[in-house]
Amino acid sequence: MARYGMVIDTRTCVGCMDCVVACKTENQVPEGFDRDWVTQRLTGRFPTLQLEIHSERCNHCDNPPCVTCCPTGASHVHQNGGVVLVAHEECIGCKACLAACPYDARFIHPNGYADKCTFCIHRVEKGQDPACVAVCPAHCMHFGDLDDPGAGVSQLIASRKHHVLLPAAGTRPRIYYLE
Amino acid sequence: MNGVSRRRFLKITTAGAGAAALAGVARSVPGALGNVADPGGVRSVPTFCDICFWKCGAIASVRDGLLWKIEGNPEDPLSRGRLCPRGTGGVGAFFDSDRLRTPLLRRSRRGEEEWVEVTWDEALGHVAEKMLRIRAEHGPEAVALFSHGLGGAFLKHTLKAFGSPNIAAPSFAQCRGPRDVGFGLTFGEDVGSPERTDIRNARCLVLIGSHLGENMHNTQVQEFAEAVGSGASIIVVDPRFSIAASKAKHYLPIAPGTDLALLLAWMNVLVREGLYDKEYVATHGFGFEAFAAEIAALTPEWAYPETGIEPQRIRETAREMARYRPATLVHPGRHATWYGDDAQRSRAIALLNALLGSWGRKGGFYAPASMDVPAYPYPPYPESVKGKVDNPGHKYPFATEPLTNGIREATLSGTPYPIKGWLVYASNLIQALPNAEETIRAIQSLDLLVVVDVVGSEIAGWADVVLPEATYLERYDDLNVELFREPFVALRQPVVPAPADQKPNWWIARQLALKLGLGAYYPWRDIEEYLDHRLKGAGHSLDQLKRTGIWRGPKQPVYFDEGVPATFATASGKIEFYSLQLKQAGFDPVPKYQRPPVGPPGSFRLLFGRAPVHTFSRTQTNPLLADLMSENEVWLNARVAARYGVRTGDRVRLKNQDGVVSNPVKLRSTEAIRPDCVYLVHGFGHTAKGLRRALGKGASDAQLITRYAVDPLMGGTGMNVNFVTLELEA
Repeated sequence: MARYGMVIDTRTCVGCMDCVVACKTENQVPEGFDRDWVTQRLTGRFPTLQLEIHSERCNHCDNPPCVTCCPTGASHVHQNGGVVLVAHEECIGCKACLAACPYDARFIHPNGYADKCTFCIHRVEKGQDPACVAVCPAHCMHFGDLDDPGAGVSQLIASRKHHVLLPAAGTRPRIYYLE
Repeated sequence: MNGVSRRRFLKITTAGAGAAALAGVARSVPGALGNVADPGGVRSVPTFCDICFWKCGAIASVRDGLLWKIEGNPEDPLSRGRLCPRGTGGVGAFFDSDRLRTPLLRRSRRGEEEWVEVTWDEALGHVAEKMLRIRAEHGPEAVALFSHGLGGAFLKHTLKAFGSPNIAAPSFAQCRGPRDVGFGLTFGEDVGSPERTDIRNARCLVLIGSHLGENMHNTQVQEFAEAVGSGASIIVVDPRFSIAASKAKHYLPIAPGTDLALLLAWMNVLVREGLYDKEYVATHGFGFEAFAAEIAALTPEWAYPETGIEPQRIRETAREMARYRPATLVHPGRHATWYGDDAQRSRAIALLNALLGSWGRKGGFYAPASMDVPAYPYPPYPESVKGKVDNPGHKYPFATEPLTNGIREATLSGTPYPIKGWLVYASNLIQALPNAEETIRAIQSLDLLVVVDVVGSEIAGWADVVLPEATYLERYDDLNVELFREPFVALRQPVVPAPADQKPNWWIARQLALKLGLGAYYPWRDIEEYLDHRLKGAGHSLDQLKRTGIWRGPKQPVYFDEGVPATFATASGKIEFYSLQLKQAGFDPVPKYQRPPVGPPGSFRLLFGRAPVHTFSRTQTNPLLADLMSENEVWLNARVAARYGVRTGDRVRLKNQDGVVSNPVKLRSTEAIRPDCVYLVHGFGHTAKGLRRALGKGASDAQLITRYAVDPLMGGTGMNVNFVTLELEA
């Protein structure tokens, strides 16, 4: 039983937003909305500065508050890889999950349901990487089974210094950022 | 940039968001997994991208008859299976609601953008009639063509057949020209496009103003990330803390316009400390002793007050470059028209590389190769009696390509002979050339301005006749016979039909030629026949290439030590440390630094550059790319902003030294720029009514570039010589 996750190398990421636009075309995300996005954090004083760039999206948490708060069960953990998904036809658009997600990863689709990153499970099930990973010109994104010690993602986490977003939220996110 | 939050990003991008999905596949398909279902029925078409001019191989997908997405072609050596964000968003060009749909004839005064829709027959008939009249009165040379990119190939052919040699692109005198001239004078060859830079094997990479990662030439950025990932030592010289600077081991926040001083001091250190590649210089160099004497006094201490870079840092970075030579690549950049001393600055970059022995070596500059695909056998073009108009008397003796600004000048002055017609293909001259007022005055003296474009750009707004071109997703173009690390040929082919009455350039150019009585130059009836003829001549076929998109040739040696002959097509046959031909023409044989003029007190130097999600001023109406970035911001140093009491998000106008005032633009108060300059991403602040999605969003750097410094060697227009003040909007 796989446990899918992502590892993103902040050292090589150039913040070009190719991941954002690839997701938009792959998943037909409506104009004005995004399932993934890029943040930049600049610290220091000119000219001694540090810039950290993050490509962010749903963290597909091991402990997903969006799933536990969902009144209809539309938000659920998919059997394949533990990916967190929304069954659109069961979603009533109540926004409880939007409030519960500490990563601000969800939005209400114009068609009325909560929407967000699916880890491109439709691609993963065909043996492809998620669209954002496959497109990245900096090759900074990696996808795989975190429970498989031989997987590239596991080896990167084992060998490189890394962090996750908002660890104190207790969500146990599955996207790791290499430093 | 500081702490842009998710909510903030959404706040910026949701303005005007409707419920319509971006691409035509707006159907909601709530599958069991909550995704767009994959019904099969996906058709894949290999082609190559045209959102910029890198020409990345791509595979477009059509699902249930509707254009869906476009991805890199894994067989393509340029994209290596991954497009950049602009390329990935390329499908947005098809869906752009601001596309030109049908030929247009002007029906009021120039620039008022009032049109009558006409048929192609009427439009081209009108153009041909005017061209023939101009030819009868002034000769064929009086019609000039401005054309950028492979798409213009056939229009060039038609104009040459018509008898005019006046064909220019802003990519020379407004972009890479000085670089190509500086390298040509030194090594006898330029760096080309795609650049022959071996970034992926560089162990030390020096970027001077080159902001890879924001400037998104795909292969360059992929290799840059590869070099960063493998621990190459990165040195970045830039007045702005760019993305590339954030990856650097050494960031040198140089005073704008003083790069040549830094380059000379670096070379001084390498020579004085004996760190240069002595064997390489002795074998391949010409005039090294005279060169060394010229730079002997140009120490880091000399350069310090010019550049603001401490002597110790200049020495440290010079030694860093020497440590990794010859795998040290001092990148030549691409957009090099900055201060008017640009060919000499580029020559200094070439000389620094020569001292490091990086030309022809792994991790430096490789020798590119291309495949032999014979040209289509046309009748010879008529000889021009008058010759080219743009550079009379070889005023700019080292110009290697025609000058757009030279054609503009001739149009304005009527000398050396009158220019009465402009054809403009896919280059928005209002935003690409400095001083738009001069361009507009030149246009007003024309008998004919024809613009071929995909959207109603500013230059299209001034046209007499606007011809709507099909996007790259809907057309064939000429073959891309690429000169690269490994040779290959690529095919652009239609993925979907054009949505309205748009036509491909080959069709437009051919129909125009027929109306001009130049049918002998178009013996082929359609482009497939042309392409197949060329490919058969090379031992391949169109049928084969339509399936694969890419035809790769055998790998060739790329370095001197792999067998590439170390020959140099210079006057001396060697690398010219000291240039006798420059000396004979009255120029410095070794580059000399001159302090750049400063602006009015209290003003900021205006710098401009690229964002990763847009190309020039061409893509701002692409719905996918506009959704990522719909306006630019003006960057201002945070401490300066605090002093003036302005904050990020405030709307300001920029006013230049000549009183030109920009659109309101959002301020970005940031630590990531020097206090003496401001920065805009180029391509925003559109004024054309036809660009509804982009109209009035952000500010145009081009509008503020009223002054330019012409490079005396090659006629390029240095554009970083304008100064602005900021006015807060009420």
